[in-house]
Amino acid sequence: MIFRAKIREIFSNGLWKQNSSLVQTLGLCPLLAVTTNIVNGAMLSLATILVAGLASFSVSGLRRLIPREIRIPIFIMIAATLVTLIDQCMASFFSGIHNVLGIFIPLIITNCIVLARIEAFAAKNGPLLSFLDGVSTGAGMLWTLVLLGGMRELLGNGTLFSGIESVLPAFSEFRILPESWPGFLLFTLPPGAFILLAFMIAGKNWLAARHAGQAPSQNSANC
Amino acid sequence: MTRKPAIDTTKGSRVEMTEKFHRNEEQNKPDRPELPGSSATGFISPPYLSRNASVRRVMVQVLAALLPGIVVYAALIGPAIVLQLSIASVTALLAEAAMLKLRGRALFPFLTDGSALVTAWLIALTFPPIAPWWLTVIGVLMAIVITKHLYGGLGQNPFNPAMAGFAACLVSFPALMSQWPSVTAPAHFIDQAAAIFGGARSLDALTSATPLDALKTALRLAGPGATVSAALADTNIYGYVAGRAWEWVAAAYLLGGLWLAGRKIIRWHAPAGFLSGLALISAACWLSDPERFASPLFHVFSGGALLGAFFIVTDPVSGCISGKGKFIFGFSAGILAYIIRVFGGYPDGVAFAVLILNLCAPLIDALTRPPIFGMKKK
Repeated sequence: MIFRAKIREIFSNGLWKQNSSLVQTLGLCPLLAVTTNIVNGAMLSLATILVAGLASFSVSGLRRLIPREIRIPIFIMIAATLVTLIDQCMASFFSGIHNVLGIFIPLIITNCIVLARIEAFAAKNGPLLSFLDGVSTGAGMLWTLVLLGGMRELLGNGTLFSGIESVLPAFSEFRILPESWPGFLLFTLPPGAFILLAFMIAGKNWLAARHAGQAPSQNSANC
Repeated sequence: MTRKPAIDTTKGSRVEMTEKFHRNEEQNKPDRPELPGSSATGFISPPYLSRNASVRRVMVQVLAALLPGIVVYAALIGPAIVLQLSIASVTALLAEAAMLKLRGRALFPFLTDGSALVTAWLIALTFPPIAPWWLTVIGVLMAIVITKHLYGGLGQNPFNPAMAGFAACLVSFPALMSQWPSVTAPAHFIDQAAAIFGGARSLDALTSATPLDALKTALRLAGPGATVSAALADTNIYGYVAGRAWEWVAAAYLLGGLWLAGRKIIRWHAPAGFLSGLALISAACWLSDPERFASPLFHVFSGGALLGAFFIVTDPVSGCISGKGKFIFGFSAGILAYIIRVFGGYPDGVAFAVLILNLCAPLIDALTRPPIFGMKKK
């Protein structure tokens, strides 16, 4: 029973309360760069889910063997190994999307999300819970990036799911706005991502404030 | 304020004090409804000598000063500008009302203060007069909703709303923002109105490049042999000193601006700084090679230079406070506008120059703070 409550708490934190993009505002650089459409955002988030889950799992299993003084380099090396593995897998199975995401897959390792979850959670908890914590944090990133990518793609290009054929060859993009839509380029460019992310954070705070019946709390921005 | 903190005198905690402080701050915001006849000191920079300097009085006079430019514009370029002005005004008032309602502010004093109308008119005057109606609407929404109200409303916005709306649309819709009506054979009002409201945009017969754009293209396309004098010989595009017809619109803006300066609604520092900066750098380039660079007179009467000098650089909210600061602000904007205009990729640089200088305004203010009255300068 306690275990179940813990799992529920892990997921509510990862998906909503401590959402990496909307509350902790971690990993903004890949967020701005890859959310030009849904598919790119989703694929980077899926890679992050795998890295965060597996890295937390491995570190948690080894946590009694890792000396406290040099834990950070060891964490990074474990995570970097996994990132390289996933980078190579994506290069061989989804080479189209791998070319688009480019440097941002290896850069998952410099993304504070992975290291933050290892340091804050995996170094103190068991492997199964740590794995779920990493996955839930990545899943929080997934829905945020899909929503943001969808809005940017719709406004900037008038389509949804463009580029999906390089992941799922059976599907093709949906055109929502007419062909004559000239494209609101601002939302394809990074400033548009900032503006829409700000609206999403404001919306999240508004919902949270309405839910709690009190003033929205302050976020601290970093990374 | 959604939460009302319980007043507990036994625990006069710090949190409570800060909350009280914030509440007071909230009430002291410059866009709080002003009493009739009171001076809006959050909005108008010192010296506060003239009486009755309410936001409404200032804005109405700014609108009046734009009228000569609008009349010349409608006569020479096309009456479609009146349609654009109406579209922009209606959108601005609706957006202003919606944002005031969302922010829980009083509607009447802000809707009638005219500041939204000034933003709307500046957007209409800087956009191509045959831009589709939704483009103008997007420009006004970017200006009023995002640049003005999301930053705290009148008196709080760090950027000039009209220029931010213009820049957002220029970056987003470069093709539509560079379709200007031809001045040699001005299209009929009905044709221009059809371009605004109709869907079809095959307007090659109707449109031409702006004088600045045409000069830049002529110099680039003709290669090393191209000269300014040869390019300016094209009387279909150029008039006496700058663009045909456009130079008269610019002259009318100058007239309105001088009237504003004479009424002390705007101070002379920012326009003088802007025009001297623009003239200085264009004169330096022109003297070094008159066949590669157009004359200072051409640059002052082209594009948004005169509109910018008197109506945009002089924005009291996003500009500087002291006279020296205003001059530095205008001077740097003039130089930057020339650099973007001549060496950059966009046809005109006034909007981007003003936005970049908006970012520098707090720094300029800090460096040009005048000494306290009666104290010596250190």
